[in-house]
Amino acid sequence: MRLGSGAFAASCVAIEVIGVAIFIRGFFPAPVRSAARPEPGVETPAPEPIAGASSNWTKLPSPLFNKVVIMLIDALRDDFVFGSKGVKYMPYTTYLVEKGASHSFVAEAKPPTVTMPRIKALMTGSVPGFVDVIRNLNSPVLLEDNVIRQAKAAGKRMIFYGDETWLKLFPKHFVEYDGTTSFFVSDYIEVDNNVTRHLDKVLKRGDWDVLILHYLGLDHIGHISGPNSPLIGHKLSEMDSILMKIHTSLLSKERETLSPSLLVVCGDHGMSETGSHGASSTEEVSTPLILVSSAFERKPGDIRHPKHVQQTDLAATLAIGLGLPIPKDSVGHLLFPVIEGKPMREQLRFLHLNTLQLSKLLQENVPSYEKDPGFEQFKMAERLHGNWVKLHLEENHSDILLGLGTKVLRQYLGALKTLSLSLSTQVAHYDIYSMAVGTIVVLEVLTLFLLSTPHVLCRKAELDVPLLSPVFSLLFYLIFLVLSAIHVLVCTSSESSCYLCSLPWLAAGGVMALVSALLCVVLSALIRMVVDGTLLKKRAAHPGSGWSEVGLLLLLGTVGHVLSLGASSFVEEEHQTWYFLVSTLCLVLSQETCRSCFVGDECEPQHRFHVKQGCVDMLPGTWQDSASYNTPEPGRTGKTVSLPEAQGSCKWWAVLASPWLVLICCRLLRSLNQTGVQGAHRPDFSHWLTSSDHKVQLSGLAALSLIVIFMLVQKGCSPVSKAALALGLLGVFCYRAAIGIVLFPWQPDNKVISKGIIEARFVYVFVLGILFTGTKDLLKAQVIATDYRTKTIGLWEIHSGLVLLAALLLRPHNLPVLAFSLLIQTIMSKFIWKPLRSDAAEITVMHYWFGQAFFYFQGNSNNIATIDISAGFVGLDTYMEVPATFLTVFGTYVGPVLWASHLVHFLSSEANNGSALSRACFCYALIGSVPVATYIVMVTSLRYHLFIWSVFSPKLLYEGMHLLITAALCAVFTATSHTRHTRA
Amino acid sequence: MKDTDIKRLLYSNLLCVFSVFLSVFIPSLFLDNFSILETHLTWLCTCSTSVTGVNLLLHLVVKPNVSSRRSSLSHKVSRVLKCCIYFLLSCFFLHIIFVLYGAPLIELVLETFLFAVILSTFTTVPCLCLLGPNLKAWLRVFSRNGVTSIWENSLQITTISSFIGAWLGAFPIPLDWERPWQVWPISCTLGATFGYVAGLVSSPLWIYWNRKQLTYKSN
Repeated sequence: MRLGSGAFAASCVAIEVIGVAIFIRGFFPAPVRSAARPEPGVETPAPEPIAGASSNWTKLPSPLFNKVVIMLIDALRDDFVFGSKGVKYMPYTTYLVEKGASHSFVAEAKPPTVTMPRIKALMTGSVPGFVDVIRNLNSPVLLEDNVIRQAKAAGKRMIFYGDETWLKLFPKHFVEYDGTTSFFVSDYIEVDNNVTRHLDKVLKRGDWDVLILHYLGLDHIGHISGPNSPLIGHKLSEMDSILMKIHTSLLSKERETLSPSLLVVCGDHGMSETGSHGASSTEEVSTPLILVSSAFERKPGDIRHPKHVQQTDLAATLAIGLGLPIPKDSVGHLLFPVIEGKPMREQLRFLHLNTLQLSKLLQENVPSYEKDPGFEQFKMAERLHGNWVKLHLEENHSDILLGLGTKVLRQYLGALKTLSLSLSTQVAHYDIYSMAVGTIVVLEVLTLFLLSTPHVLCRKAELDVPLLSPVFSLLFYLIFLVLSAIHVLVCTSSESSCYLCSLPWLAAGGVMALVSALLCVVLSALIRMVVDGTLLKKRAAHPGSGWSEVGLLLLLGTVGHVLSLGASSFVEEEHQTWYFLVSTLCLVLSQETCRSCFVGDECEPQHRFHVKQGCVDMLPGTWQDSASYNTPEPGRTGKTVSLPEAQGSCKWWAVLASPWLVLICCRLLRSLNQTGVQGAHRPDFSHWLTSSDHKVQLSGLAALSLIVIFMLVQKGCSPVSKAALALGLLGVFCYRAAIGIVLFPWQPDNKVISKGIIEARFVYVFVLGILFTGTKDLLKAQVIATDYRTKTIGLWEIHSGLVLLAALLLRPHNLPVLAFSLLIQTIMSKFIWKPLRSDAAEITVMHYWFGQAFFYFQGNSNNIATIDISAGFVGLDTYMEVPATFLTVFGTYVGPVLWASHLVHFLSSEANNGSALSRACFCYALIGSVPVATYIVMVTSLRYHLFIWSVFSPKLLYEGMHLLITAALCAVFTATSHTRHTRA
Repeated sequence: MKDTDIKRLLYSNLLCVFSVFLSVFIPSLFLDNFSILETHLTWLCTCSTSVTGVNLLLHLVVKPNVSSRRSSLSHKVSRVLKCCIYFLLSCFFLHIIFVLYGAPLIELVLETFLFAVILSTFTTVPCLCLLGPNLKAWLRVFSRNGVTSIWENSLQITTISSFIGAWLGAFPIPLDWERPWQVWPISCTLGATFGYVAGLVSSPLWIYWNRKQLTYKSN
């Protein structure tokens, strides 16, 4: 089957999008959560079950503990307390664990073992998924139901000292707080003293209900010198003395008030043998959890082997202990020893509340919940419980009651365990199977791309894709059968949930067929390449020109960028990579222009010839431009006529100066928006502009940029769309003035600020109009197939329509980015690409690089928080999902989209090279899909990295989105190149 | 081209390498707490002076390009003045390029400028010594197939490797290792130095290796 290389590339990218979608779906499992958003105080707690009647005990049980102190020691590993180190350095804690009134456990943390997700797990009882980060875009505030929120709603007074992550997660929840920063890892003394210094006076006061202390010092020591350093011992002794201080003070307070209090000592995560954390080794996930209270019975516990529980169990236990409703998304179960000393009725009541909450969560998340063994056990336990309460209320004190109660208790505990387990397996793991299938699809597409690269680069527009024969071959059916068998095997054997298995059989079969078909195509392409190898070698020897500097830079730069994605800092600071590459590109281009200008006349005559010829055929171009577009002002025509004389002298200078001009533009843009992580806090020009004191300057700059945009765009448009463009850009300014960001010079600033709906819709009308005109021209060029100029004009009109839309969506301080982007496009195409006769592939890669650089110039980064959501609300009254999403995505990816549309226009305006556009499409698809494919493999191997959630996952989403946009762009490329095809 | 030429080239290049090492060790004899990282600017100055000195010395002693015609004193003086001006111009030019690459414009000006000085020491000074203030010759050497002697070949290699070293030196800056040498412009100056040393060492070897293939147009 013969396929144009453009169509081939577009379909390949489309398939790759499917692969990436499957991968992402497996990488970010949907979290288990309750559908109802938390609204504290609205719902009533479930009453106690009773057979045949309704219970009189409908309120929540009263709190077990008067005061709760949570002492969270960062990176406290279980053996620091329960092992030999604990005996040596923490004598008081060891005494409490062995002989005091306490319960001790080893709490297992789920990866990623990093502080923030762990705090979330401790306080919500749920396993936080990455999807949560996207859901509460822009705000680190914890929106899920959690113990702290419930406690605040119940009017508890909470005090917090320690890691400021808590203050970000729970702003305004604490009546008193002091945050310490975890930024300076080398400090491990001051950071803890800042917490301890408040302790004496707070313990003396006693006007609080919950006190939370988060000590960071131990974690810092671990990062500096590992778990075996002598510093650890000192720190543990310090923690032990603090613990003793808190405990004695609590005991003396208890003697006054006669109500018990609870002291919780726990770690958020452990520490590996090298002192770091984030992954899932045993040392990193095992943390001690010690509950100390005078309400507990003193009993000698087995210190060597504390019971293993989940970290998420603490939330439910704390909620019960404080007399609060259990957080809705909690998957943990109550630590039973805590309530063991209570009367039987209360014990059952607590267990019922916990089981009911878990079963509700199960009902909302699992469709076939009725078949779940835990749910069946719960129903049974509830019935028995009802009977027990009935008997109890009939004052039937006997051994039978006790026996039945114990039976109910055991039933409840079993149900809790099963429910908690089946809920936490829903979220806890990466869905490796889906990830693998997605990766395989992506890698197969990439292989296919790489295999067909030599064909396309040898100036072959047509590509012979062996599609039909492999699909009907025996091999295809064999592979398909094997894959289906594997699929069935994996789906029936795996315990955790899996996305591909939950798909209907037909869809899963489709995916399998896709995988095997791709494999067959790759194999046959490989075989043919080996067969043709000799032929290709002969042809490759023939040109023998080697790589030019620009080509080498483009190749090495692309490879270097792809490799840099494996380091978290390079992902955070990716804008630096692009700025650096673009600057280097400019320098290399300037070297190229120098050589073609100076050296050319001595040793390389053909270069000189090129430049000469480039200049020469620029002339008719400009001449025809102004002639055929009927430029209204007559002065312009005169200027163009006089141009030939000027051409000889000024042209050289323009060619020589243009790379430097581009370099200067890039440097100016760079200082406009500081982005990334290290530079984000630095003052930049956009902050200066957006502050309210500089409104006048902002207005001036925005107006100037709009004028520049108009000047640069109008020259290629037909008169009608030129007028539309002018009105549209005026509308953009009116819109910004209406919402009160910029000022009209003739209007004082005491104006009513509206939402600017009318103005924005006014601009939308023009955008649609221009796009429509452009499409009409394109279709005309395709159908009538006579006028070559019409097509170029049509493409330029589409480009200008997109520019107008971008001008509307970008914030006013970013309008210079748009203006500079158009300026650089004009300079590059006029003075560099046309005179130097660059190859279509090189031009494509350069467009891609500039597109990427402009993505970051605009202030974007690889952090979700920098997405400008306000673009989604331009001209919309209310939030409408589809247009808002489209506008936000376009507003974010303005750079790549505009550069790609310029690429289409530029290449199709070069009349002489018919296949350029489809080759460009191929190159664009290739260069867009290589980073994604490599990144997927890297992310899979780095999935237990410390920064997987904060750095790599957002980047994965960005890459996925970028690939989707690349696919759309490639489709457009192919459509336009097909037009050409029918014409030729 | 004889093997003795290559040997001479090797020795002179090793002398240049030695001058770089000298600039690291000599100042610590006179200055307290001198180290490359902490008193970086001092090191930059000493390194620049010692490399320039050794280059001038080599130029005067070895004289790879024996100028045939004798020239007057005034001509010599104007030549020297021209060289100085060229050197300064190249420093400013490189400084501008660094700023265009994203170096801070106002803060750390001295650091940026000294980086420009050291990079032009590694690149412009050898050019000036070997080719003189003659732009045409420079263009010839740095265009394809324009080299006419092993000295020029070595010059080409060292200059390009210094630039590449400085370029590669910028990569560690965004990494979050928080090492003292990641601060602008230390990693770049170190990169340039390593590139220069590597170029000096490798160019005689490379020429020796390819001595059969290399043919120079004799002037």
